[in-house]
Amino acid sequence: MADVALLTTSDGRPLAQALVQAQARARRRALFLVLPLLLFVIFSFILPIGQMLHRSVYNDGFSASAPQLGAWFAQNPASTEPDEAAFAALAADLASMQANRLAGEAGTRINYVIPETRSLFTRSARDAKNLTPPFKAALLEVDPKWGDPALWQAMRAASSAYTLDFYLVSADFQRTADGSIERVDENRQIYIALFVKTFILSAIITVLCLLIAFPVAHLLATLPMAKANLLMILVLLPFWTSLLVRTTSWMALLQGEGVINDLLVWIGAITEDGRLRMINNQTGTIIVMTHILLPFMILPLYSVMKVIPPSYARAARSLGATSWTTFRRIYLPQTLPGVAAGSLLVFILAVGYYITPALVGGADGQLISNLIDFHMDRSNWSMAAALSAMLLVGVLILYWLYDRLVGIDRLKLG
Amino acid sequence: MALPPYADPLERLWHRTYQVICALVFIFLIAPILIVIPLSFNVEPYFSFTEKMVRLDPTGYSLRWYDTLLTFGMQAPEVPRDGAWYADMWANATWVQAAKNSLIIGFWATIFATVLGTLAALGLSRPEMPYRRAIMAILISPMIVPIIIIATGMFFFYSNPCGIIGIECGRLTSTYLGVILAHTILGIPFVIITVTATLSGFDQSLIRAAQSLGANPRTVFFKVVMPLILPGVVSGALFAFVTSFDEVVAVLFIAGPEQQTIPRQMWNGIREQISPAILAVATILVVISIALLTTVELLRRRSDRLRGVTGR
Repeated sequence: MADVALLTTSDGRPLAQALVQAQARARRRALFLVLPLLLFVIFSFILPIGQMLHRSVYNDGFSASAPQLGAWFAQNPASTEPDEAAFAALAADLASMQANRLAGEAGTRINYVIPETRSLFTRSARDAKNLTPPFKAALLEVDPKWGDPALWQAMRAASSAYTLDFYLVSADFQRTADGSIERVDENRQIYIALFVKTFILSAIITVLCLLIAFPVAHLLATLPMAKANLLMILVLLPFWTSLLVRTTSWMALLQGEGVINDLLVWIGAITEDGRLRMINNQTGTIIVMTHILLPFMILPLYSVMKVIPPSYARAARSLGATSWTTFRRIYLPQTLPGVAAGSLLVFILAVGYYITPALVGGADGQLISNLIDFHMDRSNWSMAAALSAMLLVGVLILYWLYDRLVGIDRLKLG
Repeated sequence: MALPPYADPLERLWHRTYQVICALVFIFLIAPILIVIPLSFNVEPYFSFTEKMVRLDPTGYSLRWYDTLLTFGMQAPEVPRDGAWYADMWANATWVQAAKNSLIIGFWATIFATVLGTLAALGLSRPEMPYRRAIMAILISPMIVPIIIIATGMFFFYSNPCGIIGIECGRLTSTYLGVILAHTILGIPFVIITVTATLSGFDQSLIRAAQSLGANPRTVFFKVVMPLILPGVVSGALFAFVTSFDEVVAVLFIAGPEQQTIPRQMWNGIREQISPAILAVATILVVISIALLTTVELLRRRSDRLRGVTGR
């Protein structure tokens, strides 16, 4: 043992220490190569998304323009009935909102929680500077809604810029007059329903992709190389073709006066009046997205099937298994890594899809991404952010699962 | 796939069915892409084949939609086609402007993504790399995170990039730089994936061999590493370019009227008045993608040969 401890490098340092230093240097060098990109991605990708998500819990639309009411809420506990001082603060805030043209923004903030309050704010703000004490009576005369305890509850909640209201709304909950939280009526539960629909449609698309991709991937994996390479081009060409081009061609194919309907009428399968509606609805979204995501299923399946040795299947057959048993008990289990990789990838991509549903989805083929865009269009930024956060959490869980089951470094393209 | 000699009649029947199914799937994959090519030569403003086209009557076909691409947006499309006409087209035609923008944005986004991505892939492939898996997960995530979330995040951030430290310093929305940075982010995962795949079969001892023969790190990189990974880098670059060339959502959110790209124009065309001119653009894009695919396939085979990998 003493001899080992004496081992040194040529300049007299202990060998173990020199090795540790050399390894640390190598680690630093590797990290140094990655660092520029990592910083770039953090600053122009992760930070912007984080900043956007911050908006889902932060909205000063009301709190910034209602300072006096905010002060009253801070002094009085939640159960206090709004007194004259509260209404005076409200009247003063409404007057300053009118002066600074902020009534609409403040009203919008409350409107998320209690529908039809935006106009209440804009209307009352217009009259605010003519109000005279007692303010409670005066405001109730402008609109009796001001006496609604649910409204006061909502304003109290909104008087802090930080809020979970947008997540409540995105999960189809609402605040009641006494401050508790309840589910909205069944026919107004649009958000959860859309999340569910997005997941169901994505699942349908994933299953369709799997069913269509499996035989083709198997064919590509078992054909002789020259033929397989040629057929592989047919899989890769759609992959390299612009998404908008593929969506456009499907529009040409699927629409009422399109190629498929014309063909069906021509061969007499349907009548002129019975043309199929295959686009601008859910069917359109499913068909086109299946086509667009298909290569993402075929490629992982193919790369797994390619390395399955045919000898196992032959051994099973020689031991008396039927072809169906051989497939079910021997071949299929070996393809499962590919099935998992392809299905997860297609599902992840489908859940966040935007372009195709927006172009061919019509009214009922829209996904959650399109709703986020809808709220962005109307400057409902906090709502868009809350929905984005919920979608992102779903996608990141699936991404984590993908990494655990498949491994990100096994992701391949073509 | 050959059928084994011991197959019974039922298996033979199934084998035929299976081949038919595969053929149908290939038709499903490829037909929608090829169908736009003849449709784009339609003389009528329809999205379907006219009777004349089916009869292969030459009068059923025309180049009018390609002509529309050149003339749309021009100040004086009717004048005789002399030098002034071409100057007008080059300066004003909407689709020509869109093509220029797409190429400028695609070029710079590809350069940034390829340089940064290749460096990072080199680091990630070293056995000493710490936190490899976590960093890889972060760098691939732009491909996984829904594009609408990326675009909205960038929209807010780029409208005031210094807002995060509380100062004003101009904006990146409605600028070329903003769109280029966004597209760089979207292209990076593809560069990382293709270059790390090339490096996965890379023999690290080649580097040590070069070093032991007295090469400095620069020589090692340019004479040994670069030639071996070049095919992977070029395919990564092509992927990044195609990603940028095909991207519409980030452009919708970030770009101003000056930065309209080809996909953005197509988006307009599809949403508003869809005309066969869109099919003409689509045909041109299909031809471009066939050219790119061929390049990538040739590169991949060359890369496999260089690395001594046989077969796919």
